Amino acid sequence: MFSYTLFIMLLPLLSFIVLGLAGMKMQHKVAGLIGTCSLGIVTILSYLTAFQYFGMERVDGVYQTFVPYNFTWLPLGNLHFDLGILLDPISVMMLIVISTVSLMVHIYSFGYMHGEKGFQRYYAFLSLFTMSMLGLVLATNIFQMYMFWELVGVSSYLLIGFYYPLKPAIAASKKAFIVTRFADMFFLVGILTFGYFVDSFSFSFAGDIVMGQGTTPFIEGNIAKAVAAGGFIIPTALVLMFIGGAGKSAMFPLHIWLPDAMEGPTPVSALIHAATMVVAGVFQIARMFPLWIEYAPQAMSIVVWVGVFTAFYAAAVACAQSDIKRVLAFSTISQIAFMMVALGVSLPGHHGAVLDNHAQLGYMAGMFHLFTHAMFKACLFLGAGCIIHAVHSNEMALMGGLRKYMPITHITFLISCLAIAGIPFFSGFSSKDEIITACMEYSPVVGWIMTGIAAMTAFYMFRLYYGIFWGTENKEAHEHHTPHEAPLTMTIPLIVLCVITVGVGVYTTLGGFMEWGGSFGSYVSAAGTDYTIHFNTQIALTSTVIAILSICLATYIYKGESQPIADRLYKTFPKLHRAAYKRFYQDEIWQYVTHRIIFRCVSTPIAWFDRHVVDGTFNFLAWGANEGGESIRSWQSGDVRQYAVWFITGSVALTLILLCI
Amino acid sequence: MIPVECYFALSAILFFIGVYGFTTRRNLIAMLISVELILNAVDINFAAINRLLYPNGNEGMFMTLFVIGVAAAESAVAISIIINVYRKFKSDSVDAIKNMKR
Amino acid sequence: MANIIMFIILAVFIIVSALMCVATTRIVRAATFMLFVLLGVAGIYFLLDYTFLGAAQIAVYAGGVTMVFVFAIQLVSKRALQGLEKRVKAGTMAVGALCALAGLVVVSLILLKAGFLTQEIANVEVPMKEIGTALVGSGKYQYVLPFEFISVFLLACIIGGLVVARKEEEA
Repeated sequence: MFSYTLFIMLLPLLSFIVLGLAGMKMQHKVAGLIGTCSLGIVTILSYLTAFQYFGMERVDGVYQTFVPYNFTWLPLGNLHFDLGILLDPISVMMLIVISTVSLMVHIYSFGYMHGEKGFQRYYAFLSLFTMSMLGLVLATNIFQMYMFWELVGVSSYLLIGFYYPLKPAIAASKKAFIVTRFADMFFLVGILTFGYFVDSFSFSFAGDIVMGQGTTPFIEGNIAKAVAAGGFIIPTALVLMFIGGAGKSAMFPLHIWLPDAMEGPTPVSALIHAATMVVAGVFQIARMFPLWIEYAPQAMSIVVWVGVFTAFYAAAVACAQSDIKRVLAFSTISQIAFMMVALGVSLPGHHGAVLDNHAQLGYMAGMFHLFTHAMFKACLFLGAGCIIHAVHSNEMALMGGLRKYMPITHITFLISCLAIAGIPFFSGFSSKDEIITACMEYSPVVGWIMTGIAAMTAFYMFRLYYGIFWGTENKEAHEHHTPHEAPLTMTIPLIVLCVITVGVGVYTTLGGFMEWGGSFGSYVSAAGTDYTIHFNTQIALTSTVIAILSICLATYIYKGESQPIADRLYKTFPKLHRAAYKRFYQDEIWQYVTHRIIFRCVSTPIAWFDRHVVDGTFNFLAWGANEGGESIRSWQSGDVRQYAVWFITGSVALTLILLCI
Repeated sequence: MIPVECYFALSAILFFIGVYGFTTRRNLIAMLISVELILNAVDINFAAINRLLYPNGNEGMFMTLFVIGVAAAESAVAISIIINVYRKFKSDSVDAIKNMKR
Repeated sequence: MANIIMFIILAVFIIVSALMCVATTRIVRAATFMLFVLLGVAGIYFLLDYTFLGAAQIAVYAGGVTMVFVFAIQLVSKRALQGLEKRVKAGTMAVGALCALAGLVVVSLILLKAGFLTQEIANVEVPMKEIGTALVGSGKYQYVLPFEFISVFLLACIIGGLVVARKEEEA
């Protein structure tokens, strides 16, 4: 059973190898078809897996965890690094998200990257990314997760730097790689700390494991040992891992790479920097969730407050950006922070092994938001891609009034905006509302802050929407180059993602009010049990009203041909606007810290030591060898008589030595 | 009766005259001649040791015989090489072939 | 007594010829003096009652090798034939002499330190028949293997010499 899951990982790998090695010899169409077809098969397999997995009987009200493949890759005494495939509700859910979005992006890229130089390379990297991301979510242990985590980082680096002749792309890819690597260092330290004290890397601490091919179950005794070694060890390891996750998921202050990562092709932004890779940090916390609530409940508040601050910060910045992809990037940061908060507020009100409603809610809401966000944010990014494709610019100033030219993009974009704003009957509503409910239960302060941020979300998304499709039309630019609707390959993915958004939205909204079973919570929940979503009517109403109000505000300010209020606001608070536009000088602060403090005070002396002492030593050795060689070079003159003289001298000397002895 | 040391002394002197010739001569053929002198010095030693110290065997004599044969062969090959060198470098001086190729 | 006188004469003859051989600037003279040295060495063999050896020395060396040398000189060294061999530099000469003398001193030192037991024996020639059987016999103290080896070796040298000295075909 589930033995076919191996192909889910092997097919993209195969397509990467084929495209990577032979791609340049292929026609663009062939290369794209290879990538897309393999991904199509992967998608079918993923859906099959999900269908089969969720169709199975629950044991004790819990979906079982399956390990179809697992083998020990590197045994190290008690510890061992395994490679395998693990199926549990969240990994199956992630399978669906990744394969769906990835397939859409593959199809979309046909149109978007049409005629682009390096088309085959692009598809090869997409395959590599998909493989790594799938490996990440299917990992059976933290170490495998870490491996794929880094692979994901590499493919992200490669794809951000896809337009490598352009300087900003190179800089952005390096920035992304270095920042996430920096965070991953903490992740690795966390893994090693954990492995050292707990003697296991395995994820099999949650649920019942159905063994496929022998995985070592998580031993309760080990964790007891680690707890006995000092209560802080597991929390420390978890927080270190969280720092790694924060780097990948662009949490403040490690978010600086994500806005720059928009230098990559837009479908890549949709796939990697909106839907899949950036939620790796959320996934990681969800994966380690049983440990968090069991052993590090206090540390959860770190996750909460980092998330809250990031959500607010990113939303504030998003209000002032003029580059549409940057707005979406900051919106992504904000939304991921929502998921983080949702996970963080799942406090352990558990009684024995049973988690109470509260803990269930936050976790479920975080995962649910991950799912819905992936869909509508991918749709938004792909829509932005269509717009950029049409006007050849990222700047809002060059857009405006595009609704006439691009009806499909317009509608899908609007639907996604409504979803992210949290309007009922769109998917974002259900998940975001659950998050706010969970926050309210955690603490009203957090709850109200999150509600406010949700309002900001609605505001800046509609600012973006009006800026692109309504507002002042840049006639000059449009006359020069009339915008046009994107080709079918690009609009179909938009429509598909929109249908998912609306379908999920309608079903879950109705389901939430009527307390239907079989909604998202039935499949994915903290304890693995069937969790029925039901809305808190009060909170749902409040947040809906607030969202609608802020949408109206955005309409009021930005819809018109001229925008007097926006201008007046701009003139009243120029400094605030400038600060927000400059992302509150985060990049500058990092620049200052790295250049002035780290480079000057730490790296410069080290570099001096390296250049003068280390290099000096080796230069001296090299110089000595060179000089020695130079000085004895004349001995090898090719002059036979000289050799004879040396030979005789040598033999006479030897004879004398032997005589003396 | 001539003491064996006399032969040895003669042989040693001849040997080192050959060495001197080998180290000072520049002409390839002259160097080869010096080598012949050295070989002959060794031959004298073989013969003298055989005759005066171990008169019951004949090993020294046969060794000398073989050395003479090998020396003849060696000089033939050496001279053919010298002729070839001369053709290539238009010189019979050892200085001309300091560099193995040109 | 006669032996000693003979030996002294031969020794002086050999050493003087050898010195002249390495000292002369003319290559043909060097070859000639080498011939004298070879003859002197043959004389030493006769003195030691190795008549066969002496005969071989004269036949192979004096008759064969010297001729090869003379031919080579004629083929190679026209200037040398006219006696135009360059003078040896004083420095080179000094180094060579120093080497040779040092070596000589060391060897003499060894020879004098070691005591040799000279056996008094009658001057008996090695009979020709014994030499013949030893050369082609395969028993103990018999040398068919080196003998055959030498013959093959000579053949190889002849062919090798031809190949090396052969005029290269213009490619």
